[in-house]
Amino acid sequence: MRKVRWVLKSGLAALAMIGLASGPALADGGKVEPGDTAWVLASAAMVMLMTPALGLFYGGMVRQKNVLATIMHSFFLVALVGVQWVVYGYSLAFGPDFHHIIGNLSWVGLKNVTLLPNPAYAGTIPHQAFMIYQAMFAIITPALITGAFAERMRFKSYVIFMLLWATLVYDPICHWVWAPGGWLRELGALDFAGGTVVHISSGIAALCCALMMGRRHGYGREEIMPHNVTMTVLGAGLLWFGWFGFNAGSALGAGSLATSAFVVTNTAAASATLSWCLIEALHRGKPTALGAATGAVAGLVAITPASGFVGPMAAIAIGCVVSGLCYMAIMLKSKLGYDDSLDVFGVHGIGGMWGALATGLFATKIINSAGNNGLFAGNAALLGSQLAAVGAVVAYSFTMTFILLKLTGALSPLRVSKEDEDIGLDLTQHGEYGYHV
Amino acid sequence: MVKIEAVIRPNKLDDVKEALDEIGVKGITVTHVMGAGKQRGRTQYYRGQEYVVNLLSKVKIETVVPDDLAQTAVNAIVDSASTGEIGDGKIFLTRIDDAVRIRTREEGDVALG
Repeated sequence: MRKVRWVLKSGLAALAMIGLASGPALADGGKVEPGDTAWVLASAAMVMLMTPALGLFYGGMVRQKNVLATIMHSFFLVALVGVQWVVYGYSLAFGPDFHHIIGNLSWVGLKNVTLLPNPAYAGTIPHQAFMIYQAMFAIITPALITGAFAERMRFKSYVIFMLLWATLVYDPICHWVWAPGGWLRELGALDFAGGTVVHISSGIAALCCALMMGRRHGYGREEIMPHNVTMTVLGAGLLWFGWFGFNAGSALGAGSLATSAFVVTNTAAASATLSWCLIEALHRGKPTALGAATGAVAGLVAITPASGFVGPMAAIAIGCVVSGLCYMAIMLKSKLGYDDSLDVFGVHGIGGMWGALATGLFATKIINSAGNNGLFAGNAALLGSQLAAVGAVVAYSFTMTFILLKLTGALSPLRVSKEDEDIGLDLTQHGEYGYHV
Repeated sequence: MVKIEAVIRPNKLDDVKEALDEIGVKGITVTHVMGAGKQRGRTQYYRGQEYVVNLLSKVKIETVVPDDLAQTAVNAIVDSASTGEIGDGKIFLTRIDDAVRIRTREEGDVALG
């Protein structure tokens, strides 16, 4: 049944693409299914909640004097990218293909983005439901980067950089991987819910930011400790909840595939939490709450690209391995001496790369006939496509982040003054305190 | 008159307060303080990074008593705050020249109590 529907959908998609070659916009068609639409809209709301949740996750890990600035780094993007996406971001990312690298501008202002299904993306929900669901991904991706430059970036420069990054890094990569005609999609790379698009792109950008912007003053000399781990754990809990929308919602319908993605998402997060706690207990003698929260997020990151293509036992393997990789990356960071303040590269970069490669290992058509078989199902070619996708996104994101930081820095200094950094960003950037106790 | 400053374990505050009250020392000032001494701090771990924090939470009690009550007060604090382990704290004594009760303008020992 699923297969028949998929064949039908792909047929329609192909027709739509042919239509694209001759006409100005994709033809609308198909019938709106209330169940699918309800699930995708609910998923969009859940993914929206993940960005403020990320603010709490990050906010608890910084010092008290920077809690609001850190939360604001996430929260503000719901607004900034929320508008950018509707005005031109969606058109660049998902609009009719321009030479396999970007969408053209024919959907600017949501022109031609109707309330009827667009079968090229999802044949049973209104095109605008798909659009607003994707908006939430475009919002959270740059927000993830902000953990790398926490406690030292000037707010004005942050706004400029984020708008540039959302436009010139996220929108093209999103197009490459998910839009019909995008070159990585045509290469056969699989990314169910955003392993390359969301996590590798932001994780690599984070590494570039940490290297370019330098360490926080007092790093390695003063005790720079999380001021409120309870807030971080609450944030992680809300992220875990929202991630069901992120992954299961990416089925773009309420059915077997969404259920399968839901199950593997929870399973991977649970396995990674367990294994992270185990590693800490072995390495430092005690499992920590911050470690449990970090493990959960790492597991969620790793399962993201694979969530529509693998089964529950693969999810356990993906979750267990990601904790070891991310833990080692974080340990290595302190040896290398760069200050990725909240370990965005260590968790999202490394976890995302593992997830993308794990998709190439564990994917099976038994779970999703529209997907592909991975190495363990006898198809080594998929692993090659996954590697190519990882390499392309790593190279593009790092290079562009470097250029955009240089550009932003020319317009406005990236860092606050040393004095302002000592006082804290809450007071110097926003004129307020998080706590009056 | 003598000022007694006692740095004690936070969980001993109630016992010490009660003991001082029993011997007639009613006026005390209490502050939460951080300090380091023979008792070493505990190690904290955040994402595997080690933080040894050797400033520990303590409570400081200040009170000023007439000369003849000083030894009794010190004994009361020592008895009620002691566990026998490192980290019980310290008591410091200083001579005080005078005291004034603001409400009545009384001076000297009568201004205490």
